[in-house]
Amino acid sequence: MISIEDIKKPENIAYRRPALLTDNVMHYCPGCSHGTVHKIVAEVIEEMGIQEKTVGICPVGCSVFAYNYIDIDWQEAAHGRAPALATATKRLCPDKYVFTYQGDGDLASIGTAEIIHACARGENIVVIFINNGIYGMTGGQMAPTTLLGMKTSTTPYGRDAKLNGFPLVIADMIAHLDGTAYITRQSVHTAPAVRKAKSAIRKAFEYSQMGVGLSFVEIVSTCNSGWKLSPVEANKWMVEHMFPKYPIGDIKDVPAGR
Amino acid sequence: MAIKGAIEVDEQKCKGCSVCVANCPTGSIRLSDKVNSKGYHYAEMTGDGCIGCSQCAVVCPDSVITVYKVKI
Repeated sequence: MISIEDIKKPENIAYRRPALLTDNVMHYCPGCSHGTVHKIVAEVIEEMGIQEKTVGICPVGCSVFAYNYIDIDWQEAAHGRAPALATATKRLCPDKYVFTYQGDGDLASIGTAEIIHACARGENIVVIFINNGIYGMTGGQMAPTTLLGMKTSTTPYGRDAKLNGFPLVIADMIAHLDGTAYITRQSVHTAPAVRKAKSAIRKAFEYSQMGVGLSFVEIVSTCNSGWKLSPVEANKWMVEHMFPKYPIGDIKDVPAGR
Repeated sequence: MAIKGAIEVDEQKCKGCSVCVANCPTGSIRLSDKVNSKGYHYAEMTGDGCIGCSQCAVVCPDSVITVYKVKI
């Protein structure tokens, strides 16, 4: 019978954290999807061997400190303006892999104009969009992506279409723009979902260097603190309520002819 | 031939979110009765059912799990 100590040897490692993640403890709440997405972004960059050639653009929101966690070059954008900064970076340094990492309060609200025009111009960048339907950092207020009937600190009786309007489905909206090459919606609540999201991010990075247009990866995520649920319950709530409005899968893949 | 696995958790960095517990196909992870320096009940391996499938580590938001696997 083999002992646990015999199994725990360096030659038997089946999985370990990517070396590109720094040793800093993430400031995110327990169970936050941001940590998982940071990890798969780090894995993709590591596997492609493009650490020296990647520039990330941080947003304003919970992930504002993303530059503390992945050991690559970063820039910090003004609220919502990450696609504009990414445009400049990519045009000045076309050989770099440029990506923005934005939440829904950043991309779908204050930065709507920037993302739509970046898509319309067909900039060769990657946009990673974390959609949890809430403003997490500021205390769980309603975001443009909040579902109808969803309770937040500013819609305590649930979002009402008459008062608050309807949710904004950004990925479907920008799919109509000719400048976008690849649009997909993924999630990170289970291991198979994480692996699919990772291959989507890898594909997006590869497309960004082919000069075919903007690649957009939406990750439907949880904000268990904002939703007032435990991390595991938040994942279940997301599957039951978020997925019908934000279905998982590829929306557009121009280089693959879809 | 059987496959045996084991996990190692960075106890001080674990935030006890229990997403790994929910994703473990063999029920080999639980939250410890003990807490780390931040007061979180960290994840730990329980029993000898671990098959080293890495699902816990893949979904771990804080990347604190290292997975080992051997064929015996």
